[in-house]
Amino acid sequence: MKSQKANAIESRIDYYPTHEHHGYRFRRGRPLPFGASIVPNGVNFSVFSSVATSCTLVLFRKHEREPMVEIEFPREFRVGDVYSMLVFDLDYEDLEYGYRFGGPWEPSVGHRFDASKVVGDPYARVIGGRDVWFAKPDWDDIYQHRSRLAFDDFDWEDDRPLETPINDLVIYELHVRGFTAHPSSKTSAGGTFAGIIEKIPYLKKLGVNCVELMPIFEFDEWENSRQHPQTGQWLLNYWGYSTLGFFAPKAGYAATGRLGMQVDEVKNLVKELHKAGIEVILDVVLNHTAEGDHRGPTISFRGIDNRNYYMLTPDGYYYNFSGCGNTLNCNHPVVRNLALDCLRYWAADYHIDGFRFDLASILGRDQNGAPLANPPLLESLALDPVLHKCKLIAEAWDAGGLYQVGSFPAYDRWAEWNGKYRDAVRKFIKGDVGLVGEIATRIQGSPDLYYYRGPTASINFITCHDGFTLHDLFSYNDKHNEANGENGNDGANDNNSWNCGAEGETSDEFVNGLRLQLMKNAFCILLLSRGVPMLLMGDEIARTQKGNNNSYCQDNDLGWMDWTLEQRNSELFRFVQAMIRFRHNNPVLRAGAFYRGQDSVGSGIPDISFHGTQLWGPDFSAGSRCLAFLICGKHTEGQDGDIYVAMNMHWDGLPFQLPKPRHGERWSVVVNTSMRAPNDVFEASQAPALSNQTEIIVGPRSMMVLIANGN
Amino acid sequence: MKVNLSREKDIAVVSIEGSIDGKTAPVVRQEISSTLDESKSLILDLSKVDYLSSAGLRLLLLIYREFTAKKGKLVLLGVSEDIQTVMSHTGFLNFFTLAGSMPEAVQALS
Repeated sequence: MKSQKANAIESRIDYYPTHEHHGYRFRRGRPLPFGASIVPNGVNFSVFSSVATSCTLVLFRKHEREPMVEIEFPREFRVGDVYSMLVFDLDYEDLEYGYRFGGPWEPSVGHRFDASKVVGDPYARVIGGRDVWFAKPDWDDIYQHRSRLAFDDFDWEDDRPLETPINDLVIYELHVRGFTAHPSSKTSAGGTFAGIIEKIPYLKKLGVNCVELMPIFEFDEWENSRQHPQTGQWLLNYWGYSTLGFFAPKAGYAATGRLGMQVDEVKNLVKELHKAGIEVILDVVLNHTAEGDHRGPTISFRGIDNRNYYMLTPDGYYYNFSGCGNTLNCNHPVVRNLALDCLRYWAADYHIDGFRFDLASILGRDQNGAPLANPPLLESLALDPVLHKCKLIAEAWDAGGLYQVGSFPAYDRWAEWNGKYRDAVRKFIKGDVGLVGEIATRIQGSPDLYYYRGPTASINFITCHDGFTLHDLFSYNDKHNEANGENGNDGANDNNSWNCGAEGETSDEFVNGLRLQLMKNAFCILLLSRGVPMLLMGDEIARTQKGNNNSYCQDNDLGWMDWTLEQRNSELFRFVQAMIRFRHNNPVLRAGAFYRGQDSVGSGIPDISFHGTQLWGPDFSAGSRCLAFLICGKHTEGQDGDIYVAMNMHWDGLPFQLPKPRHGERWSVVVNTSMRAPNDVFEASQAPALSNQTEIIVGPRSMMVLIANGN
Repeated sequence: MKVNLSREKDIAVVSIEGSIDGKTAPVVRQEISSTLDESKSLILDLSKVDYLSSAGLRLLLLIYREFTAKKGKLVLLGVSEDIQTVMSHTGFLNFFTLAGSMPEAVQALS
């Protein structure tokens, strides 16, 4: 059967070489799909440029500096702006390829062709040159980032994207390398995709059901690398928000990258995570590339079609809405298709469950940088058939001053990182006044921002890779970024943090106890809020970056997860684990619609009601620091009972009047963050009933969560 | 790269020596094709294989698929630790039964 199939393909009537150059046989190729595709007996190369005057395919043997052959595309091989060629008898595994484009060097009108340079394929599925993390590159090589071929025949068996309803997700944002690079991770392949697989039991134990991977598109960790002038510490492009190619996974994150097997390794990771019920969201950087501004290197796009790929000023310089030198021209039809092809590829070929778009507001700008009311790219992504079940999450702002939290063009599909949630909850927990009203809104899923879109538009987070870790949020008043070697000028100044009385590490037990308590408050609010909660890697075990709020270059203890904290901070881990379980067990907390503030099922109480120290008397005044709310269990199917939450961010303990439990029920304590383990959190079935059912004292800067049950 | 064909009772044994990569995988495939067609039980002795590329891994999986399709059985013998690690990281290991010695391989097939 096999040979028949092969015969059928080989018997195509157009399947024979028509040209030969230095012993390499080739023929006219197919313009679509773009990129290099393995076809029987050969490779189809296809690339486009709207301005180039000539194009030459450059083929290398793997790792060799000099090309083995250069084949100029004959005129008849071009259709429109697309050059395509099928080259026969290539060794797929031993091949690297690139292009030379002829064309004008006229920067003032946006053309930057340079035929002396070999440029990479924008559609390259594997990029060689940085195969092993931090291995010293061959700086004399004129072609640093080499396009390679990828096998696309991974055996997925019956795997598919999980399609978990977005409101059921608990997202865990992690850095692929940082998650297991620390020796304490005790994984056999630290710092890699494979390493994550060994930590799946940990993720399961914690209870998260989605990981969001910080950028895994190929990037150059050596970009802007330097040694700290005082410490000598290497500072790298560790986070990787600087894309070399949108279709290639980061080789240096793969244990098998040295063998060029990163494609299979990533797919295997996705498959294993899916087996464990964990979705995979990729943080994708489509807003700029690693080519920087006019002083940057020519790697690919700049040397192929600069004017189409980038947003240029009228005099040919680069608009910098990304803060990284250039801005991808996302709403140019050619670039829009590239973005769409990229995401479709990751969804279809890698079974990725969703995407978080870095500086997504750029994706809504027109070719001159002006924000569009109806951005074609965002609409295309929202309505694309391949992507239609993928989660789409916007970082709804950019470095050009566009801030669209609540107003990002959503097409009923897009969710947003809710920066307002982060800011309000931080301020509330540290005891700022004037926030009680906003907190009431935030815990409901931010209906003020997403009234028409529902709470699932809100990705709720208190910390993310950008900024302080949760531990540092309550350990530092100010950022301490000296280790980044930028004289402390980098990173945000506006952190809404509080050090609890001592800056940084301290042996003061009171301070440390308070920090732990505030971290518990943070997790408690996060996991009780409607919307989609997101945790930052390591916050569940109080990971510190020693006050560094911008660890983008710290490929060391600062940026890595220290797994010894799992033991040392087991109390916090246990608390977070219990809170996540509580969320999973109480559907009312993660319902996909907003509370209505009224009784719509005849249960006698509204679905949510707000209270203060006085029942029915929430104090929304400017000086208030406390709020309580009662959630009715009868408004949500599958919900067991009512939930009452009291939040007291005041420095004194306060009495809160309790609502009367329903007939035959009693209030039991599930959470009390003023207590230490094991009395800080209980399983619902073991929650101790209150002896006083009419009033509780909520300790200073702490929270209590009660459930009504028949125990 | 060398391929040796032998039999162990009614089990076909294919021993490969050297590297299995993009160049040699099609050769191996060619050389063992009649053995594959005729056998229901196969031991692939890889103890003298020092390198398996992506194409090599794909060859193994193709053979595995062919054998499972005809309800045959396949055991990999003597896979080095390094290669096992690579197979594990790329997900190929999950498909295979491994044996450390010939008797163990025969046992696994019976």
